[in-house]
Amino acid sequence: MTCLPGHTEKKLGLVIDLDTCVGCQACVTACKEWNTGGHMAPLTDIDPYGGHVDGVWFNRVHAYEHTTEMGGRTVNFPRSCLHCEQPACVTVCPTGASYKRASDGIVLVDEDKCIGCKLCSWACPYGAREFDTDVGVMKKCTLCVDRIYNDNLAEDDRVPACVAACPTSARHFGDLGDPASAISQLVTNRGGVDLMPELGYKPTNKYLLPRARTERAANVDAPALEPIKAEGGFLGWIDRMLSN
Amino acid sequence: MHPAFSVLFFTTATGAGYGLLALLGLLGGFGLIPADFWLGLVGMALALGLIAAGLLSSTGHLGRPERAWRAFSQWRSSWLSREGVASVATFIPAGLFGIGWVLLGDSGGWVAVAGLLAAAGAVTTVCTTGMIYASLKPIAQWHSRYTLPAYLIFACMTGSVLLNALLQGFAVGSTVVVTGATLATLAGWAWKLATWRYNDRLKIPTTANTATGLAGGTVRSIEWPHTEENYLLKEMGFRIARKHSAKLRRITQVLAFAVPAILLAVAFASQWPFAAIASALAAISQLIGMLVERWLFFAEAKHTVTLYYGR
Amino acid sequence: MSSAEPRGANSAPSQQPLADTRAPEEGDGVDTSPSVSDRIAKTTCYMCACRCGIDVHIKDGKVRYINGNKDHPVNRGVICGKGSAGIMQHYSPARLRKPLKRTGPRGSGEFREIEWEEALTIASERLSAIRRTDPKKLAFFTGRDQSQSLTGWWASQFGTPNFAAHGGFCSVNMAAGGLYTIGGSFWEFGEPDWENTKYFMLFGVAEDHDSNPIKIGLGKLKARGAKVVSINPCRTGYNAIADDWIGIRPGTDGLFVLALVHELLKAGRIDLDYLLRYTNAPVLVVQEPGSADDGLFVRDDAGNPLAWDRVAKVPVNATDPDAKPALTGNHVVNGRRCKPVFQLIADRYLDESYSPDAVAGRCGVSAGTIRRIAAELAHVAFEQAIELPVAWTDPAGRRHETIKGRPVSMHAMRGISAHSNGFHTCRAIHLLQVLLGTIDVPGGFRFKPPYPRCAPPGPKPAGKTIRPMTPLEGMPLGFVCGPDDLLVDEAGRPTRIDKAYSWEAPLAAHGLMHSVIRNAWAGDPYPIDTLMMYMSNMAWNSSMNTVETIAMLTDKDESGAYKIPFIIYSDAYYSETVAFADLVLPDTTYLERHDCISLLDRPISHADGPGDAIRHPVVQPDRDVRPFQSVLIELGARLGLPGFVNEDGSAKYRDYADYIVNHERTPGIGPLAGWRGKNGEAIGKGEVNPDQLKRYIDNGGFWHHDFSDDQRYYKMGNRAYLDFAVEMGFIPRAERTVFQLYSEPMQRFRLAARGHGKAQPPEAERGRIEAYMDPLPFWYAPFEDGTVDLQEYPLHALTQRPMHMYHSWGAQNAWLRQITSQNRLFVHRETAARLGLADDDWVWIESVNGKVKGQIKLIDGVNPDTVWTWNAIGKRRGSWGLKDDAAESNRGFLLNHIIGDQISADANGKRYSNSDPVTGQAAWFDVRVRIVKCAADEAGFSEPQFERFRQPPNAEPSPDVLRFGAEFRIKREAAE
Repeated sequence: MTCLPGHTEKKLGLVIDLDTCVGCQACVTACKEWNTGGHMAPLTDIDPYGGHVDGVWFNRVHAYEHTTEMGGRTVNFPRSCLHCEQPACVTVCPTGASYKRASDGIVLVDEDKCIGCKLCSWACPYGAREFDTDVGVMKKCTLCVDRIYNDNLAEDDRVPACVAACPTSARHFGDLGDPASAISQLVTNRGGVDLMPELGYKPTNKYLLPRARTERAANVDAPALEPIKAEGGFLGWIDRMLSN
Repeated sequence: MHPAFSVLFFTTATGAGYGLLALLGLLGGFGLIPADFWLGLVGMALALGLIAAGLLSSTGHLGRPERAWRAFSQWRSSWLSREGVASVATFIPAGLFGIGWVLLGDSGGWVAVAGLLAAAGAVTTVCTTGMIYASLKPIAQWHSRYTLPAYLIFACMTGSVLLNALLQGFAVGSTVVVTGATLATLAGWAWKLATWRYNDRLKIPTTANTATGLAGGTVRSIEWPHTEENYLLKEMGFRIARKHSAKLRRITQVLAFAVPAILLAVAFASQWPFAAIASALAAISQLIGMLVERWLFFAEAKHTVTLYYGR
Repeated sequence: MSSAEPRGANSAPSQQPLADTRAPEEGDGVDTSPSVSDRIAKTTCYMCACRCGIDVHIKDGKVRYINGNKDHPVNRGVICGKGSAGIMQHYSPARLRKPLKRTGPRGSGEFREIEWEEALTIASERLSAIRRTDPKKLAFFTGRDQSQSLTGWWASQFGTPNFAAHGGFCSVNMAAGGLYTIGGSFWEFGEPDWENTKYFMLFGVAEDHDSNPIKIGLGKLKARGAKVVSINPCRTGYNAIADDWIGIRPGTDGLFVLALVHELLKAGRIDLDYLLRYTNAPVLVVQEPGSADDGLFVRDDAGNPLAWDRVAKVPVNATDPDAKPALTGNHVVNGRRCKPVFQLIADRYLDESYSPDAVAGRCGVSAGTIRRIAAELAHVAFEQAIELPVAWTDPAGRRHETIKGRPVSMHAMRGISAHSNGFHTCRAIHLLQVLLGTIDVPGGFRFKPPYPRCAPPGPKPAGKTIRPMTPLEGMPLGFVCGPDDLLVDEAGRPTRIDKAYSWEAPLAAHGLMHSVIRNAWAGDPYPIDTLMMYMSNMAWNSSMNTVETIAMLTDKDESGAYKIPFIIYSDAYYSETVAFADLVLPDTTYLERHDCISLLDRPISHADGPGDAIRHPVVQPDRDVRPFQSVLIELGARLGLPGFVNEDGSAKYRDYADYIVNHERTPGIGPLAGWRGKNGEAIGKGEVNPDQLKRYIDNGGFWHHDFSDDQRYYKMGNRAYLDFAVEMGFIPRAERTVFQLYSEPMQRFRLAARGHGKAQPPEAERGRIEAYMDPLPFWYAPFEDGTVDLQEYPLHALTQRPMHMYHSWGAQNAWLRQITSQNRLFVHRETAARLGLADDDWVWIESVNGKVKGQIKLIDGVNPDTVWTWNAIGKRRGSWGLKDDAAESNRGFLLNHIIGDQISADANGKRYSNSDPVTGQAAWFDVRVRIVKCAADEAGFSEPQFERFRQPPNAEPSPDVLRFGAEFRIKREAAE
């Protein structure tokens, strides 16, 4: 049903730390390999060895240069479904294929109902929808719904593949609907932001921004070095230091 | 947005078809045009033919057209589903109206009621189509108060120009209809100009800054996630050069509005068969022009996802 | 919630499973607990050189999924972009199927498939003839080889000195610079103390050295708020998240570092106590210009270096723990005028030529920034020093109650290494670390066992005598300590085909693989018969000056015979080099083979303890391919190489797995250190354990030993550690490692250049030896700066591999190539504006060596005088299973085409290899270029283009659609 649940018991989602992401693509291929055999399998690749290669990927990493009066920085930016609270991708769906789970807030596509009208991809401002031309249906990030509750995985592996893979610990997972959860605390402490808040989709996923440089370098607010002015200069100083 | 022909043709053809159907239903229902067999047959065939062809064409955009029937289920939330329901529902009164008019030669009584219901259905369907686009927040050029009226005005315009051509063809043209068609064309022109003016001045609050959360200064894309174009870019990353766009706007104005308006004036001032020829040419020119307009409608629409790609 | 402690690197509370992982009753029919795999095989990744532990999930006999092994000390459960894409490497259409024998001209790709028996017969007959006559006519060079202790030993048993792996064009400057200075180095030799460091400096990093540990470490620093400073012309990857990015001009890092040294010395912000304890700073150096011992250490009769006791005013054994050595002054000992090393250091680096103001322009870094960094280093090292309450004992037996730490750490790699001044730059970085007292202390840079070793480590390169049917006296690669150790003939001519350990590259500890093809082609120093290579793309992205290299591989003499008579190549994939081989031995993938990641080789230890690992076949090959190491062992047996046959001539080892378990390099020491002894009770040294591999497999594919707290730091002078290291066989005696700030071995070369000693360089080499074998680090401009017109070629051009392809075979990987299938040339926005270039323009990139064409992308995050591109994206048409329209071969380009493999001729007309004059490290970051917008009709495709390779016989065409994983779902759903 494409009407949204009035309330979801949980708001499961991701938090992505742009201050720490080095753009290594670990989350990208970890996602690809899990999901290409997972709930929405396969994540088809068209012309995989040719000049017009185009595959289905649920997670993609961009690189930007952000330039302000404070200077420039390069920001690696992973982008995937934000599992919005107001996902228009769901409400526009004419068939009920797209839906938001009332239990955990995950936005999913029921492939068997999808007619491939692509309207959900038009309705998603974030580019989270991935059309599989091979089978003519829309696919998308499942938040690894087939991992996070999976009895066949060791309990501590029940996190999304991207979170498990991330070598710099830049990705976090949890219930953003529970203000006491570790992930909500992280968002509060770091001032996590919504993407395109003005559109009113209320994304569940949050982004932690690169921290201001002045804050970061506080521990080395070092005084300038002064040349040794004592008698005998540097070498004299050495001798005195050693004879102490 | 990528201007897929299936969708361009769909919206243009159904717009004209529903416009014509609505006018036939209204005018027929109120007995303002004769319940002539051939007029009815050709008129209804044209209207329903355009609608059917359009709807058929729209399935060309679907990945799984064999499942299209599923699209009727989500009318409570989805404008696309509502459009599906409305379009199919409209066929019922439209069919009854056609049967009454063409086979029974009667446009009064229940036939008139069917005609009016068909007209209402047509207007409703056009509204739902317009709302599909108007409801999409990621596309600022569509998510505006201009979009829904545009669909209604253009349906009325193309429908009335078609109706005029039809009546003129059967030598039953009326100055009221010619005048109406001309006025609708001028109204369409004015609305399009106003829309363009609005879009050109649009200050879109969504920027690369809000898309990435990186506030202030400039945010420039230096590397895409993948070096080749993906579905998102192919579907929504369409770009059109300003120069190209200006040229197509001129073509739209000439074919969709200026030429039809002039030809309608000629029709107004001349007799059969010249009035019929001018009216037919006006309709053809306008439909071609509207295809160009619809192409631009897509091509000039910028989806927020392009911000992630620096487009 | 799991009751166990969270394992692995991503163990923050916000990275844990939900408190309740029971699936909610959503009623949407989603199978939230699909079966993942039939079994999980734990092995070691080989998608790059990082060697992480992986869990390979096997479903229906296919690889379903690969994730990081949470217990593995290298990656602790995380996995990089390459690691997850290993599936596509394994199921690649570019994989070779069967041994190939060349039928068409070299380079055409015309082959016929042959059986292994024929292939092994061809190879062994050829090699046998060489071994009977002149073993050095076999040149055996391996690429990204992780079995060098086998391959090198094989070469040694064969009797050819002509062996090396790819280190010569990778990072030998780094390794040698470190090993000659501190007895260790970065990466495999050491790592920052991620838990305690407060200030981390990265120099010129290549982003797989090493991949996941650095990323995990950076994550920790970020979480803790430590400061990260990057010195790199490019602001990518790790540099992107640095708090301070210093976009230095390429090749000037040494100058920058020595300016920091200047500032620290000038301000007296150095750790004198540390210098006295752990370095040769107090050692007296003879100052008698013109004499044969000038610049050597003053020694006592026993050979101990002497220092000047500042209290007793007498010379003392510098290693005497009770001595009170002076660091300054002019002294006379044994009638020789002398000075302590430290005095020489002060004399040199206090000179104004090393002041920030003097170097700022050259480095492209403001003097203010240099001063600020120096001040920050000093502040963190001395004002934020840390002290761990852990008692330890020094080699003299003195107990200390705490461990003091200076929480400044550094890491450096490719960008330092790949310049012709890289060796000295690397030494300069170690000098900086040592002056701050930050090596192997809490918060500093920590050694990974078996390092530190003696600086330089013991074994010298073998190959002084080469005789038919006779093994070398040792391993081909080692460390020279003076001219007498060089591998040269009486006239000073190189003994090795790559000229390693010759006067042209005296400290070439990793060989010069990049010189082999040219030298073999030119017959300089002698012609060879067979070039055998493994896993290195020498006809493409692993060579400099590719166009000429390809020509050399196919060049013929007057008789019509190839100048390099025979080429044997082993690779798993149809790379650009395969087409140039006469005999192709198809290798398996890393999931189909045994391997050992050995302490005898390139270890994967952790600073907190030694470790090693294995690979074992987790799936069986579906084609007629064999692991190269097993093939090599079989060839060794067929050739009757002493180490590979029993006394009766039968093969000693069944295959590589058998060798891994049963080979002993010295009694009790074999390829694997874990579970030795009959019952697996010993570590390091012990009898062969026939169940050793099983024990490894049971333990997740690796062995790791954790140090006791008192062994973790000061490993260069910590009794508990040193005793352990002796027990393990890492070092011969429990003696401390003395950091060689002043390198006496280098001075010995200088003295030879001045005419002293028996081994004398050819006249033409004296100048270079004198100039570059400086016993103290110094900076000189990269060679190309001095040989090309900098007005004509004003820009530096760099390459780096993207993180998702580093040390990998990415271009043929269906997933990885989607991320990068066309490389752009990144140009600074202002530089482009000055040159009239716009974003996406196509340009010619021209050097003195030639030109290539590619498309540019404008950025801000790069040194304005530098352009750079992703390396090895450009591919030759017909290779790697890619289709003809692939972006890699149509729009991608290879910068290697315009990087010379030789530098311009000197005054004598001699062209040296484009390498560091000390180590022979390929100087592929030295290249200078200009960029010119191409004509309109030239835009849209890269140049040069090469003839398309034919496909190997019976190659299946690469698929048009890849639906990997669909089969798992179909089967899963059918089962429901």
